[in-house]
Amino acid sequence: MQASIALKDDPAQQAVLRLGDTCLVLGQRLAEWCGHAPVLEEDIALANMALDLIGQARALLSHAGRVSGHDEDQLAFLRDERDYRNMTLAELPRGDFAFTVMRNAIVATWLQLRWAQLTAGEDAELAAIAGKAVKEARYHQQHAVDWVVRLADGTEESRRRIDAALAHLWPYTAELFDSDAVDPQAHTLKAPWLAQMGEILAEATLALPREGGFRSHAKRGMHTEHMGHLLATLQHLQRAYPGGVW
Amino acid sequence: MTAADVERAWATLDTVLDPEVPALSVRELGIVRDVRVTDDGLEVVLTPTYSGCPATEVIERSVLEALDAAGLGPAQVRLQRAPAWTTDWISAEGRRKLHDYGIAPPGPALSWAAGAQPMRFMRRPERVACPRCASADTEQLSAFGATACKSLYRCRACREPFEYFKPI
Repeated sequence: MQASIALKDDPAQQAVLRLGDTCLVLGQRLAEWCGHAPVLEEDIALANMALDLIGQARALLSHAGRVSGHDEDQLAFLRDERDYRNMTLAELPRGDFAFTVMRNAIVATWLQLRWAQLTAGEDAELAAIAGKAVKEARYHQQHAVDWVVRLADGTEESRRRIDAALAHLWPYTAELFDSDAVDPQAHTLKAPWLAQMGEILAEATLALPREGGFRSHAKRGMHTEHMGHLLATLQHLQRAYPGGVW
Repeated sequence: MTAADVERAWATLDTVLDPEVPALSVRELGIVRDVRVTDDGLEVVLTPTYSGCPATEVIERSVLEALDAAGLGPAQVRLQRAPAWTTDWISAEGRRKLHDYGIAPPGPALSWAAGAQPMRFMRRPERVACPRCASADTEQLSAFGATACKSLYRCRACREPFEYFKPI
């Protein structure tokens, strides 16, 4: 078996990993729909978005790896669970189609704001990656929001499902805006994100959930029980056939 | 390497086709940002279209092979992310070729610039003219087509489906 790599607690690297791992893990979840989506067009759409997210993750992991001397593949395939810094939202099992599009709406709205913020940041490489990704995230957001509105405005069953997805996902959104030493500015995106989510949910005639006390911490390495299973799938080939390439 | 070689290199790049949309060249697609002379030969600066575009690596290889075949190698390719590629860089000739190939060329991408339009997510799909019969009576079937860069439309006049190259 290929040995794991360990990372030191470097806040700058972790900040990039939080974004890169969120893209990687959400890309992995969306790719699970390949061959399983309700209709062919959506199968293709979800796979295309997964491809965008994995492309963004590749750029970010390459960038993050410069600090510790690792390449994108080592970071994607050879870390242990605690060293992944994605948002918990990304690792939750894919659920039904309503759950998937509601998560995409929540995450794409946040990512689009985060990317826009980074385009004006001091890190030129990060700004360049963000300049490309922000445009892609807007298409993802548009696609997801379209479906959130359609499902909420559809049948009794589709509305029940989209409503359940919102209730399930909402408690995990607090983590996105929880500032700490790695990302002291995380809270600044809360107001613009909430404004957009408010408009999206109003259009869908869904009630904006209230914030509770629950806090998730995958971005600090404390994952849900689902992460280990996801990593087993993601890492299996590299662990079983060390250094294997296409 | 001389200025004449750089000219020849640009002409050669006009023969390298995009593997996903083999109707137009990488030059017409607007992803070749520069061709310059370095101490180690020619350097071609390419800008990727989408972050996850699987064609990027194929294009890189095709560019190097074409330059080699034209006697201009060994050349090097450098990927440059900023400024991000936009469909506005597709040349007029490239747009015409897309249309003739059956893909509706992209509208202007300017409205996607940061802050230009505050509410984008509830925007209705664009009105796109059918590349076959030119009717404006078309509808979007799916926001994502066979590749991330295209969406799927249907013409209500001639009943044919077609792809639309998304402005980005």
